[in-house]
Amino acid sequence: MLKDEDRIFKNLYNDFGAELDSAKKRGDWLETEEIFNKGRNWIIEEIKTSQLRGRGGAGFPTGLKWSFAPKEVGSKPHYLVINADESEPGTCKDRDILRFEPHKLIEGCLIASYAVNAHTCYIYIRGEYFNEGQKLQKAIDEAYSNGLIGKNASSTGWDFDIFIHYGAGAYICGEETALLESLEGNKGQPRLKPPFPALIGLYGCPTIINNVETIAVVPTILRRGGKWFSSLGREKNTGTKIFCISGNVNNPCNVEEEMGVPLKDLIEKHAGGVVGGWDNLKAVIPGGSSMPLLPKEICDTIKMDFDACVENKTGLGTAGIVVINRDQDIIKCMARIARFYKHESCGQCTPCREGSGWMWRMLERMAKGEATRDEVDMLMDVTKQIEGHTICAFGEGSSWPVQGLIRNFRDEILERNKYDPLIQRKKEVPYLVDQHLLEKENA
Amino acid sequence: MSLKKISKNQPDTFEFDSKNLSEAKKIITNYPKGKQKSAVMALLYIAQKQNNNWIPLSAMKYIAKMLDMPYIKVYEVSTFYSMYNLTPVGDYFFQVCTTTPCMIRGAYKLVDVCKKKISENESEISKNGKSSWMEVECLGACVNSPMVQINEDYFEDLDEEKFSKIIDQIDKNQKPRPGSYRGRLSSEPEDIRKTLLSNKNA
Repeated sequence: MLKDEDRIFKNLYNDFGAELDSAKKRGDWLETEEIFNKGRNWIIEEIKTSQLRGRGGAGFPTGLKWSFAPKEVGSKPHYLVINADESEPGTCKDRDILRFEPHKLIEGCLIASYAVNAHTCYIYIRGEYFNEGQKLQKAIDEAYSNGLIGKNASSTGWDFDIFIHYGAGAYICGEETALLESLEGNKGQPRLKPPFPALIGLYGCPTIINNVETIAVVPTILRRGGKWFSSLGREKNTGTKIFCISGNVNNPCNVEEEMGVPLKDLIEKHAGGVVGGWDNLKAVIPGGSSMPLLPKEICDTIKMDFDACVENKTGLGTAGIVVINRDQDIIKCMARIARFYKHESCGQCTPCREGSGWMWRMLERMAKGEATRDEVDMLMDVTKQIEGHTICAFGEGSSWPVQGLIRNFRDEILERNKYDPLIQRKKEVPYLVDQHLLEKENA
Repeated sequence: MSLKKISKNQPDTFEFDSKNLSEAKKIITNYPKGKQKSAVMALLYIAQKQNNNWIPLSAMKYIAKMLDMPYIKVYEVSTFYSMYNLTPVGDYFFQVCTTTPCMIRGAYKLVDVCKKKISENESEISKNGKSSWMEVECLGACVNSPMVQINEDYFEDLDEEKFSKIIDQIDKNQKPRPGSYRGRLSSEPEDIRKTLLSNKNA
């Protein structure tokens, strides 16, 4: 287990309160100007040394992302945007940072904005986190009145402003380009990439977008050194991470642990074990609802980091662990996730808009046992038509959980759905055509 | 994608009151000159709060004028995002999260309570005219599931009994306490906490 002194979020459970005084006691805002004095390149190099990977789901190396920002400010200003649109089912880590450790985030914003040459930062918070946003605003006001941000922030000579922008209940706005659209006052539909936001982002200006947790760990990394951070975990999967353990466990909780901690440890030690005991475990979604689920055999041994998850055909994502035990109907659970994606699709790309509804309806029927045997393959095929054929990663996010279900629980679906197809498939007719319409008596 | 209905009963005019007007003007200055359009989401939210938790078409027109953008663009934004109510809702607007992490911890039992105590159907105002409810997608408090959002507050770690009591309190004009109903202050594993123990003695 990670030692307490190596935990970054000391106030994760709000033992001390989130005010500036108590944040300072925990080491926030300690000689921030010293970090500035070491220079922009030092900051970026130190983050590269730490091998910090983005905590928002994709796991992109943060130091590398920052180095994409143009070195000199041209005719257009640079922006820093913080993604606090946490909506992935199973994930609630940013919420605790916003309400209990806001000063870590604000200080991280100041340092990151200096590193990427931005004087303005927007924090995009999901609209439902209204109270959390108010707490953050209070911390921002505190920071302004103490000269920590604003003109000549923390006596570094750097001018820096932070604004909060509230979302309004659209999951897709967590996708970075959709977030930018939303920030510009449009509906949140993702943009084609390239151009990447680092060159053409908010208002057409160079923009760096980072997750809350990524930015909030930056000040601690710079104080304790990139080497310290990279000594935790293993190569390319370094540091600590907040894991959210929810679902059928005795004590659902958030906990900060070292990267590569065994999944079983997280569930048994921190979350009080699976309801009904470890043997009652059915499956685990390891990284928010977009990531394919893991069957029990893999849960016994898997270590939670980016690469280990990929090796097991899933992903660490946001580290929102949803534990599902044998009392649940796994097909129904996945059908509900499919309904989530159907509801949240932005409607821009056809495969996703139509396909997410297809997947939901097919899974609902499969949960009831009303589907035919061949539909399992058809559903798999629908997921393949969506995956990779959309502008943003929502297509993958919606089809992977369904693929995970079919891959791991195919027998269970087939056992429940025993019907023979009403109409035997004709080989020469592509399946996407509604075959029943070709049969005269059904037309 | 989700469909949104526009209310048939629309007020003719809408204007921000003076407090909201100054707040709106302040928000517009958060964005660079000429990019005032960015404030549309915040302004819609203010309008919703001022107008009993729903947005009439006249408010959209008013905001469009204020931000110098086409009315249809404001309409587009307000129909896209799920938090904007375009038809009247109860003074107490219950949003029950039913996405998988909440579902497997019994969110649909809370839905049944809503059906019994508020109204048979979603988005239907209760007989006493106070409340309405709706099933929503993940509200981002999965560790504290099942949970319900009432207006702006989260009520966490609920079960049928505790949730029924909350509704009763509201019906009696009392103010229920937001937060966890299992006695924890955050998302800690309350009885079996193994980390940051030195904090407690500090």
